[in-house]
Amino acid sequence: MKAILSVSGLGLGLLLAPAAFAQTGGDLLGQLDSQTTNPEKREVVAATFKATHIINSQSVETPGEGTLAFLIQHRFGTLNSGAYNFFGLDQAVLRLGFEYGLTDRLTIGIGRSSQEKTYDGSVKYRAIRQTTGAGAMPVSVTLFASSAINTLKFNELPGEKQRTTASRMTYAYQALIARKFSPNLSVQLMPTLIHRNYVATPGEQNDVYALGGGLRQKITKRTALTADYYYLFPGNTADNFRNALGLGVDLETGGHIFQLHVTNSLGMTEKFFVPETTGKFFSGDLYFGFTVARNFTLKPQI
Amino acid sequence: MTSPRSFLHYAAAVCGQVLRGPQGLLGALLLVLLAAAAPHSHAQGRFMTKEGRVTFFSTSIIEDIEAVNNATAALVDLTTNQFAFSVPIKQFTFKRTLMQEHFNENYMESDKFPRATFTGRFVDANLAGISAPGNHTVRAEGDLTLHGVTHRISVPATLEIKNGQLQAFANFNVAPADYNIEIPLLVRENIAKVVRIRVVLIADPVAGSGATRAAN
Repeated sequence: MKAILSVSGLGLGLLLAPAAFAQTGGDLLGQLDSQTTNPEKREVVAATFKATHIINSQSVETPGEGTLAFLIQHRFGTLNSGAYNFFGLDQAVLRLGFEYGLTDRLTIGIGRSSQEKTYDGSVKYRAIRQTTGAGAMPVSVTLFASSAINTLKFNELPGEKQRTTASRMTYAYQALIARKFSPNLSVQLMPTLIHRNYVATPGEQNDVYALGGGLRQKITKRTALTADYYYLFPGNTADNFRNALGLGVDLETGGHIFQLHVTNSLGMTEKFFVPETTGKFFSGDLYFGFTVARNFTLKPQI
Repeated sequence: MTSPRSFLHYAAAVCGQVLRGPQGLLGALLLVLLAAAAPHSHAQGRFMTKEGRVTFFSTSIIEDIEAVNNATAALVDLTTNQFAFSVPIKQFTFKRTLMQEHFNENYMESDKFPRATFTGRFVDANLAGISAPGNHTVRAEGDLTLHGVTHRISVPATLEIKNGQLQAFANFNVAPADYNIEIPLLVRENIAKVVRIRVVLIADPVAGSGATRAAN
């Protein structure tokens, strides 16, 4: 009896609410969507740049928690150095670097450049991430600080005062501000301060200010064109050195990212390429270089 | 939402409407009928979750790849034998961060195709006895849409009602090539031709139906 009652109850329910029971699978999906999709939901914009570097510059990207990025960076001599130097390939400077993601936001790095036997250490923090959805954050902001120590042996005269450790130090501070305009185009601005504890002559600046710009334009799913540029604000440094410009290609394979580029800067860390770039880009003082980044997962996400 | 209270709420709303009409008696009768129907429609009704787990495995000579998604939404209607799944692609977590990025950017293109869906119905199944303890084997047949490509598939699944919840399990294979998921030559040896998918759901009963939500 109860079964009959409940069936008839169900029948009446059907009559009263026909939409509720008579659907196809597609309608079911529509109902599922209406309950689960939320246009207000904020979603972090990922992969603004392919790697943690654009060319010379750092990008807003960090390796992510538990990931160790190993970077091999090369700069050969200038292309206009002639056949005798095999168009620059006879000379090369190298930087080896490690970057480790302590968290998804915080990364520490160390590196060693053959140029001036320089060691560098850095901290990078993703302060703000670009999002989509309601009240979206339009840009990502990553803060970057690095210190570098020159470990060259100076040819000092006996009796002359030794260079102190402090005088070997240089510091770089950057705010990296990036926006991924579309899946293909990302643009970054980087206000930069380089502080040098020691400069050789009184006219030189201890503090060098610059504004950098960088971009990435994907041309296929796995290749992209990149550029970065540093504008030196007027001063002694701007009068005697060049603005650093780099043009490059990012190639992505399974676990590696290859970045090939030409730039007028020999150095690969901020203390070199911001205040000490000498090459004239359009006169052929171009250094061919590449960066290979290999990621190692030390702490799997799952 | 799933409590008897919300059902009564529904019933009261329906009756309120009917009682306002000329046939108050029928309304009162309806209330009784609907109250009797309540436990039945729960057992045979709809189940939903937003936290279903979808895992996939790719096994090759070079490496094993695994990813987990715990944000799969599913709606199963045992009165009509229908189901709908919606899998947010960006919610897959990989062991390696770079792999996850490549998965979204290059393979699944999750900005363009943010979710995968599977809709259809259970066939070859006698769902009348679904409330009986133990696993009930069914076939889930329907349209799987992945990376913007839809194929009709039929996969074995098991269903069980336990503690008032619907537990569903399924294990099946998907070939990325069928869904225009392009794997570059360089990593062709790293990624399996056929990827194994595992679905685990524990879905809560949904009180009433769409009308309930309207009444609320």
